[in-house]
Amino acid sequence: MAATKRSADAAGPPAELLEARGLSKSFPGVRALDGVDFTVRRGEIHALMGENGAGKSTLIKLLTGVHARDAGGVRLDGLPIDPASPRQAEALGISTVYQEINLVPHLSVAENIGLGREPTRLGMIRWREVRRRARAALARLELDVDVARELGSCSIAVQQLVAIARAMDVRAKLLILDEPTSSLDADETAELFSVMRRLRDEGLGIIFVTHFLNQVYEVADRITVLRDGRRAGEFETAKLPRLELVGHMIGGQFSAERAAPPKAPVESDARPLLQTKDLSRRGSVERIDLSVGAREVVGLAGLLGSGRTEVARLLFGIDRATRGSVEIDGHPARIRSPRDAVRQGLAFTPENRKAEGVIPNLSVRENIILALQARQGALRRISHARQTQIADRFIAVLRIRTPSPATPVGRLSGGNQQKVLLARWLATDPKLLILDEPTRGIDIGARAEIERLIDELRGEGRGILLISSELEELVRACSRLVVLRDRRKVAELAGADVTEHAVMEAIAHHDD
Amino acid sequence: MRRLPILATTVVLAIALAVGAMRYEHFASWGVFRNLLVDNAFLGVAAVGATFVILSGGIDLSVGSVVAFTSILIAALIEQHGQHPLVAIAVALAVGTVFGAGQGALIQTFRLPPFLITLAGMFFVRGLGFVIHPQSLGIRAPFVAETLNESASFLLALGPRGIVIPLSVDILVLTVVAAAVVLNYTRFGRAVYAIGDDEQSAMLMGLPVARTRVAVYAVAGLCSALAGVVFTLYQQSGDPASCKGFELDAIAAVVMGGTLLRGGVGSVFGSALGVLLFGVIQTFITFEGTLSSWWTRIVVGALVLVFLVIQRALLMFASGRSP
Repeated sequence: MAATKRSADAAGPPAELLEARGLSKSFPGVRALDGVDFTVRRGEIHALMGENGAGKSTLIKLLTGVHARDAGGVRLDGLPIDPASPRQAEALGISTVYQEINLVPHLSVAENIGLGREPTRLGMIRWREVRRRARAALARLELDVDVARELGSCSIAVQQLVAIARAMDVRAKLLILDEPTSSLDADETAELFSVMRRLRDEGLGIIFVTHFLNQVYEVADRITVLRDGRRAGEFETAKLPRLELVGHMIGGQFSAERAAPPKAPVESDARPLLQTKDLSRRGSVERIDLSVGAREVVGLAGLLGSGRTEVARLLFGIDRATRGSVEIDGHPARIRSPRDAVRQGLAFTPENRKAEGVIPNLSVRENIILALQARQGALRRISHARQTQIADRFIAVLRIRTPSPATPVGRLSGGNQQKVLLARWLATDPKLLILDEPTRGIDIGARAEIERLIDELRGEGRGILLISSELEELVRACSRLVVLRDRRKVAELAGADVTEHAVMEAIAHHDD
Repeated sequence: MRRLPILATTVVLAIALAVGAMRYEHFASWGVFRNLLVDNAFLGVAAVGATFVILSGGIDLSVGSVVAFTSILIAALIEQHGQHPLVAIAVALAVGTVFGAGQGALIQTFRLPPFLITLAGMFFVRGLGFVIHPQSLGIRAPFVAETLNESASFLLALGPRGIVIPLSVDILVLTVVAAAVVLNYTRFGRAVYAIGDDEQSAMLMGLPVARTRVAVYAVAGLCSALAGVVFTLYQQSGDPASCKGFELDAIAAVVMGGTLLRGGVGSVFGSALGVLLFGVIQTFITFEGTLSSWWTRIVVGALVLVFLVIQRALLMFASGRSP
């Protein structure tokens, strides 16, 4: 009975169900989580918030045994745990429902709840018992659905609840819900929340990962905010104003109004390079009006899920608009594919560099030449000498640190990969660049260089549409900001109004 | 929705049988049906193995080679090494299972595409058969000729007129039933479906993905070897050059039986129907008399195509949108 600092240790189990101390995790080139403390109490819904890359999913994966932690310790019910797989975590009482529903669509509801732990007699599955248990698990969530139904034929909301029923079927103490509401409508979300509240009242701890502010204020008891792999704070929901929460998430100064940093005067070119009117896509973004002029950096601000990337995809022809118009250089433009967009002088560096951007096994030179060659068509091959010339030029201009132009891009650091991606588009001499999170996951030094590059490109007379979840970065780089919330434009700020405070106000208070 | 492909197979099979019965006098007789079954029993057994693999989302190209290898191995063990036929058969089944498990372990451990691993396995085993004996080898052992011949029956002698179900058909029926029980009533069987449907989910649901995959290929190896045994008894000889491209017949039968090539959906009974359909088409062509037997291939090809399109259309219809 060693004396401990905790006050509640005298009677029964500690109030904290889960207690993580100093969790750290690095991946090659990225410090994803840096000394994070995180506690969840019995009988509470604890929201875990943060922008993309803040470390939410890494934290979840450490708790569920998908990744091994580099440092730190986790206690569940006061006992140290170190699960090596999701299966072990489940056995310890930590169940997870992932954002993309991880069930098997062509099997029945009952089977999805029981899979892998079906009761057997002499090795034969007792199907009657499987169905009975599934019905019991669903009844606990007050969900009425035929357990013999094929899972894939149920609505996403029902599938989500079936996933929770499966998670609850084992003796769960801690339930992790990773973005469970992202594909639910209002009624379905309400149903999920009532289930969450009921489970909380039964004494379960629930970690609720989400990016919807409203939902956090509706259902969460406490909030932990992560930012850049560190804990930005732990709060009682009732005592945390919305504005302050946004500030913690995107790192703005919420307490004092800050003067706008001095900006290069907006050389307002009368004629915008790109102008959209009422641009919409059913089920995606709605009524986006924005314009980008030459020699101008326009920012798209908003929280994760606000529709920033969706706008970029529309502009670049990856998705097609269902309504609205786009003008380029004052002429109506029909952009039906990225190919059209490239022909019109647009360039786009996607948010997900690895999956959609660089081709890691091709060399720096080949990656740089790619877009230019694509625009010329495969028949008019760019000669090797000319390829080398172009690659050398951009390696020098963008200060890409690579052993040689023949090095596979996958071996470069994140910042240099980003520069290769930029070089690829600059080789086509675009009028307008759409940069989606160009500084995500790269170190501070490289970040400053990318920001300087953006300014240089602007100086060359190009237009730039910058998407970033780093508010500071947007405010530094942009002379105009379009703020999105819930897939709509809620504000446009220009000149002296471009401040972190104004953006947070726009995000936090255009609710409901 | 899941049952529609197999329904389509049943309908096509029924139509084929009805048309055959109307067109040809002796088409609908036990004798014809019996021959159809005996001629295709080894295809049926192999298709059972292929069903496991395809349900799990994989493919096995080594089937034909394993059948040929098994036949020459059994023939050589009996004729050249004086082993008892039952011992030879047991050895062959064990070798097939171990070989299949080996392929599964390679696929799982090195995350290599099943197509390539089993392609390598196909060449490897084909060559191995020729090393054992370079040409066809007849089996003269009296036990095989008298006890294990195709008119023998250990299990069933049905009906007043003494309809005897041949040994090869007994093996086929037992294999199909056993496979159906395993697939529908064991955790292993359900894991096969889950992995084929969504491997990522199966892993996150805590299913033993690695163990299941290795077992799937072991079962496939066992079925291929068993098909080899049936083939050997059918031919009363072993031949290392036989059954080239046979794995594709098995895959075609499985597809015609309503199993989705992407895995996760299908049944072993469907595959049995697919094999029957295969046999009925063969019989048709034979009865027609004037047609070259290659027409069997043409019709099977056309049917496989039709079934693939039907499956695709159903999937698209089910998800409510175009691909």
